[in-house]
Amino acid sequence: MSQHTSPHLLNVERLTMRFGGLVAVNDVSFAARDREITAVIGPNGAGKTTLFNCITGFYSPTVGRLTLRHPNTGKEFLLERMPGYRISQAASVARTFQNIRLFSGMSVLENLIVAQHNKLMRASGFSIAGLLGLPGFRRAEREALDLARYWLDRVGLTERADWQAGALPYGDQRRLEIARAMCTEPVLLCLDEPAAGLNPRESGDLASLLTFIRDEHKIGLLLIEHDMSVVMTISDHVVVLDYGRKIADGAPLAVRNDPAVIRAYLGEDEDEDLPAEVAADIEASKAGETAP
Amino acid sequence: MEYFLQQLINGLTLGAIYGLIAIGYTMVYGIIGMINFAHGEIYMIGAFISIIAFLVIGWAGITWVPLVLALVLLLSMVFTAAYGWTVERIAYRPLRSSPRLAPLISAIGMSIFLQNYVQILQGARVKPIQPVVQGGVKLMERADGFVVQISYLQIVIILLTIALMFGFNQIIQGTSLGRSQRACEQDKTMAGLLGVNVDRTISLTFVMGAALAAVAGFMVTLYYGVIDFYIGFLAGVKAFTAAVLGGIGSLPGAMLGGILIGLIEAFWSAYFTIEYKDVATFTILVLVLIFRPTGLLGRPEIEKV
Repeated sequence: MSQHTSPHLLNVERLTMRFGGLVAVNDVSFAARDREITAVIGPNGAGKTTLFNCITGFYSPTVGRLTLRHPNTGKEFLLERMPGYRISQAASVARTFQNIRLFSGMSVLENLIVAQHNKLMRASGFSIAGLLGLPGFRRAEREALDLARYWLDRVGLTERADWQAGALPYGDQRRLEIARAMCTEPVLLCLDEPAAGLNPRESGDLASLLTFIRDEHKIGLLLIEHDMSVVMTISDHVVVLDYGRKIADGAPLAVRNDPAVIRAYLGEDEDEDLPAEVAADIEASKAGETAP
Repeated sequence: MEYFLQQLINGLTLGAIYGLIAIGYTMVYGIIGMINFAHGEIYMIGAFISIIAFLVIGWAGITWVPLVLALVLLLSMVFTAAYGWTVERIAYRPLRSSPRLAPLISAIGMSIFLQNYVQILQGARVKPIQPVVQGGVKLMERADGFVVQISYLQIVIILLTIALMFGFNQIIQGTSLGRSQRACEQDKTMAGLLGVNVDRTISLTFVMGAALAAVAGFMVTLYYGVIDFYIGFLAGVKAFTAAVLGGIGSLPGAMLGGILIGLIEAFWSAYFTIEYKDVATFTILVLVLIFRPTGLLGRPEIEKV
């Protein structure tokens, strides 16, 4: 793995989030690197979404530090101290949701333009130049449109640019949400279960979209995912949470064979939570135990 | 027929004024889901600032009427917008995350405060102003001498309203500010995550609403020639009725509702009894709320998942 070549992008240090007596995230530390896909996995209720909410400014963590370092400028941001909108505006962190949150009353294209709001606001002199149609604003608007079209093309929604976002089929809405997040030109993209509800073909497309983003746009991705086929094929680095604690951290293969991870997944009664690969490994290890 | 036409003109003028105030209600409702009951007072303050501006410009010795009107309008919009911004900043923003009832009560408090503030500073007596724009166009004359005319002032009011509506629509549909306002209307959290400064967008919404209310205040000052500290209450409630009739949250609805309320008031006064014109207006509010709570152009509320 490229652990030593690419620098830290997001550094999570001793993060703890308590809600009253409940400790949702307990003393978790890990790092996500630039140009890598870091997956956060774990059984239901392990604290994955809470972790995301801390990173994107929804919650301010009870304890801990979240440092984001811009790879090109070396500028550092302490995410836990920033108001929500600054996390996108200044720190360039984008996020998608488990339950899709598009602006469903707006057109597909407009969803992508809203994401470029800050750039346009600056160019338009807070709408005054925009109203007068000054050339600087025209140019910025054209650039915004170009970027939006580029992503529409990437996610295969060019034909549906004028549709109302809420009218799109589910799989398209997922991809549009990712396109919208990319239109903010982030350095770190956080995806909360992007493959949820997708059929195998769609999750295959998703996996190639995510690797494309990593390889061509050279940004870091942080991913919560239950679909192990997606996680194992595309991640460079996997962090496993269970009951708010980090139980494993490393390359996908190593994590997959980690006894603590297998126990965490086995400890759950619901068998459907058990990823096929893990189940196969468990079967294999059991067979190995009884054979000699 | 001639009488009808005259009332139509009067009703449209009145409706334009109500419509401009109604936009402030509907925009604020759209973005933060609250009825800004202090908005009528903002309009009243707009009227007072207009009168003060007329006096100041009179002292300054500017007498060319179009220039005077433009300056007064500009001053009134700027200062009233500052009031709108301040009201949001001190009375609503601190309550952003409280239950919905809290900012509503705060709005009523703000309304009472502003009324008393103007009453103390400006006195309780009505403030008259000399007619600035006089004359009109005679459209037709009936055999018995009844003249249908549209005054220059009515033309100014209607044209100015159309121009403002056009410009305003342009801001909401075509600029990045308008886009972020619509985004905040749908999902404030998500808008914030995409880097939209939600607090500032809400502030600007109040500023825009207040500026339009100032235009209405300016028009009413010219149209009726007298104002007092209490005009905001009735006009505010009627504009609110207009916003509800058009469909609260919908901008074209607010304008349509305003015009309808203006017309209803004018025709009711003309053909029935002028004493009951307010009753007619508020009966409509009750009927709309019972039979069509989403108004004429409003979208039905969709439950968020």
